[in-house]
Amino acid sequence: MTVSPDALVEIAEESPQADLTEPSGAGPEIGNRRLRKEDQRLITGRTKWTDNIVLPGMLHLAMVRSPFAHAKITSIDTSGAQGLPNVVAVFTAADFPDGMGACANAWPITPEQVTPDHLPMIGERVACAGEIVAVVVARSAKEARDAAEQVDVDYEELPAVFDAMEAMKDEILAHPDKGTNKSAFWKLDSKEAGTGGDVDEAIAKARQDGVVIEREFRQQRLIPAFMEPRSTVVDPTGEQVTMWSATQIPHILRFLIAATTGMPESKVRVIAPDVGGGFGGKLQTTPEEFITLAVARRLGKPCKYTETRSESLISGHHGRDQYQKLTLAAEKDGTVTGLKVDLVANLGAYVAIVGGGVPVLGAWMFNSIYKFPAYQFNCQTVLTNTTWVDAYRGAGRPEATFGIERIMDELAAELGRDPLEVREQNWIKHEEFPFTSVAGMTYDSGNYEAATARAKELFGYDALRAEQAERRERKDPVQLGIGVSTFTEMCGLAPSRVLGSLAYGAGGWEHASIRMLPTGKVEVITGTSPHGQGHETAWSQIVADRLGVPFEDVEVLHGDTAVAYKGLDTYGSRSLVVGAEAVVRAADKVIEKAKGFAAHMLEASEDDLEFVGGRYGVKGTDKGVGLTDIALATFASHDYPEHLEPGIDADATFDPDNFSFPHGTHLCAMEVDTETGQSRMRSYVCVDDIGHIINPLIVEGQIHGGLVQGIAQALWEEAIFDENGTLVTGSFVDYTLPTAADTISFVTENTVSPSTTNTLGAKGVGEAGTIASTPAVVNAIVDALRPMGIDDIVMPCTPQRVWKAIQTAGDHSGDVAAQAQPHFDEGAANADPGVTGEGNGQ
Amino acid sequence: MTRITVTVDGDTYTDDVEPRTLLVQYLRENLGKVGTVIGCDTSNCGACTVHLDGRSVKSCNVLAVQADGHEVTTIEGLATDGQLHPMQKAFHENHALQCGYCTPGMIMQAIDILKDHPDPSEQQIREGLEGNLCRCTGYHNIVKAVAAAAKAPGAELASSKVGE
Repeated sequence: MTVSPDALVEIAEESPQADLTEPSGAGPEIGNRRLRKEDQRLITGRTKWTDNIVLPGMLHLAMVRSPFAHAKITSIDTSGAQGLPNVVAVFTAADFPDGMGACANAWPITPEQVTPDHLPMIGERVACAGEIVAVVVARSAKEARDAAEQVDVDYEELPAVFDAMEAMKDEILAHPDKGTNKSAFWKLDSKEAGTGGDVDEAIAKARQDGVVIEREFRQQRLIPAFMEPRSTVVDPTGEQVTMWSATQIPHILRFLIAATTGMPESKVRVIAPDVGGGFGGKLQTTPEEFITLAVARRLGKPCKYTETRSESLISGHHGRDQYQKLTLAAEKDGTVTGLKVDLVANLGAYVAIVGGGVPVLGAWMFNSIYKFPAYQFNCQTVLTNTTWVDAYRGAGRPEATFGIERIMDELAAELGRDPLEVREQNWIKHEEFPFTSVAGMTYDSGNYEAATARAKELFGYDALRAEQAERRERKDPVQLGIGVSTFTEMCGLAPSRVLGSLAYGAGGWEHASIRMLPTGKVEVITGTSPHGQGHETAWSQIVADRLGVPFEDVEVLHGDTAVAYKGLDTYGSRSLVVGAEAVVRAADKVIEKAKGFAAHMLEASEDDLEFVGGRYGVKGTDKGVGLTDIALATFASHDYPEHLEPGIDADATFDPDNFSFPHGTHLCAMEVDTETGQSRMRSYVCVDDIGHIINPLIVEGQIHGGLVQGIAQALWEEAIFDENGTLVTGSFVDYTLPTAADTISFVTENTVSPSTTNTLGAKGVGEAGTIASTPAVVNAIVDALRPMGIDDIVMPCTPQRVWKAIQTAGDHSGDVAAQAQPHFDEGAANADPGVTGEGNGQ
Repeated sequence: MTRITVTVDGDTYTDDVEPRTLLVQYLRENLGKVGTVIGCDTSNCGACTVHLDGRSVKSCNVLAVQADGHEVTTIEGLATDGQLHPMQKAFHENHALQCGYCTPGMIMQAIDILKDHPDPSEQQIREGLEGNLCRCTGYHNIVKAVAAAAKAPGAELASSKVGE
């Protein structure tokens, strides 16, 4: 492959792999490996997790949950719990005839979408295991849990459907009253949208004189499995109800509490204190939050509910769970000519807050970095009697990236060519940006050549390929596979107008305000709601540079709707790209507002002033006044110009014009023991281009964690329901999160093609590792085994599955359960879409 | 109810507890030592790891009555005289935490590793941390922090004098 000299210079000059820089206060903060402000309380145990909160007279809740996946409730006898010591109350849905609010779907992807009502507590019919049918309130959590076991619920089991493809048949209905399991059908066609050609023509032509690759892939169901179980405390005393919750979305939660319970929004305060991870799993308004709120208001006492891990795994939303069929057309020389994608996505029992929209995000991502002249994306969402499915780190983008990166490897294999070479032949060249994709997205910047060149160098690509050939030659029982993933993603959710065109229920802007305190300290209030991302540190770095104040003097406040009064919270790699850009703009307003005061204090014309290093100076003189002095002067306000208001605090709301498009090249070497099926990761190298970097330390951490979540999907994790709809992987014994002993140390680097949609030039990093790594690992395993005739392994690629694939390789008559089974009939997902409502294509 | 006397982070407490009370429940609910957290209900995650007589235990796997007459150190008792324990410092300096929920257990377990392996290999660190789950860091920087702490003076020092 070729790399432009310009690209390499850029790497050399801009790669942030700087030496570890000690905090100094000298020089710019942006780009500095600042140690985190957040750490002190977290490493000493002085934390404010929701479950730590104790209020006077506080009561504890325990939920009674359905063990059945689909059942009518015939009776509930609470008498066994009522009389127990310290049990205060037992409630069922019948006790709340006016309801308790609702778990809303905020993104109906079509006007006709079938959206079953999702009530916090079920009185008549449960649609998945784990749904709440009663709540016990006691003076301690222990007593509440003991009493919950004494609530006697009679169920009449109903037929249930769990698998998305089974649900497509509409033989067993997850919600019989809806008449179908099909929730919505959404399509993007490049010919109809005017963004490209006719994909069916492209495929027909390739069948004549080119290459057509057809593959089905399975995106298994995953569980976000944040480490802090969800917890909610509600204090109903006083004029205003306060809810603390382990949530990613305090602002959205407040809005939806008001919208679905009828409580005045102004009487609800939501606080997300220290929140122990989310990964999309805490991007939800939950039954447990609504029930805790309703019970606390009914009893007039503070109430707490904290889930057990087993409750969390079945009742917190799940992620992924798609069947994919990809049809790729190419010319014989490897030039791609068309891509058709059919998806069937399992939503679970309800359409969760953005659950219906997550698979649709794939519409703009399957085509990825490649120049497909024709493209079609068909997505059918279906309801089943399983835990509801929604955003999990990457949300729609890992699924799409997996599909395209797997099939690009299959194209290379079909042509007998190097997978990176085939990719480069088809990807957007760095001089072609900005580039409008066949899906209608405009990628503003990128340099796939540079990231790939650097990744190959760090990986030792050519040497590993030589070793692979040598091991194949001598029939080594341990084969070496090299996996490639050259991905892009859309981050910085999101331009509000685009969201509006997609019927999303909110905007995508973010808000920030800055308070200049009279003592020289600076308070930054952000609408983002961090839960591990280090916003307090990164936002402080940005403000320190912008306002010319010391890093230590900046305090970042967040996650409390009474303090951070406006915001749209943290998900979709949006916080830096959208949220910190709002901070920058608020800071610029502070500087602008301070100018009039500076002119007055310096007895100079505003035109003669310049702002440098936190200070307004009169050009050509040594006269000047610092921003913090101006803040003190406006606090006293004894003497200021009449046309100004006394104060330089400012706020800003930023709505991006476009998404940002991080990209990167990930390379993975796997050693696969062909006798046991055991695979071992030997090395993993990634070079990500996430634009300008504020804090390299935080960026590396985000990449490492993302990688392991993506690798875990490839190798270990899967949420499995048995034939009765019971979650078999219902505890950490069976849902196998990777441990330190399962993983290796990674090599991470960056190239820098700045984003053009924000002044920071940042693109977002929260999801990159997860999106890129899954196909890199599976491609590596398949690459190791390809000489044996294996061209796919279903995830997770457990030793058992790999071993089975090896045993049955080449035997197409026998059991090939380890490899993908055909699920799509001709056009299953799109020929008869059932309940239709075509997306508008953009 | 059973009467127990336990020394936690240097202070001695006497309480009547239900025999079924777990040590982690006793620490959090009776003593307000909420720095030690609960992450699962099957003893898999290790978030509640503390030291009992100087060695790490998952405090969800020990009954409070078993701690009677013994000495417990939690994450809250690790720093002395305002000085962070070298392992706490190493976690901070190596960005070995993000959300921080697993961190108390990780730090307590990491100190224990260095008791057995004062100069641990990467594999010894990884195997030593196998009972503690982290969902944020991918373990990369945690492993780095433990290796760094091993080179810092005083990292292997027990948090408790008992058991040395």
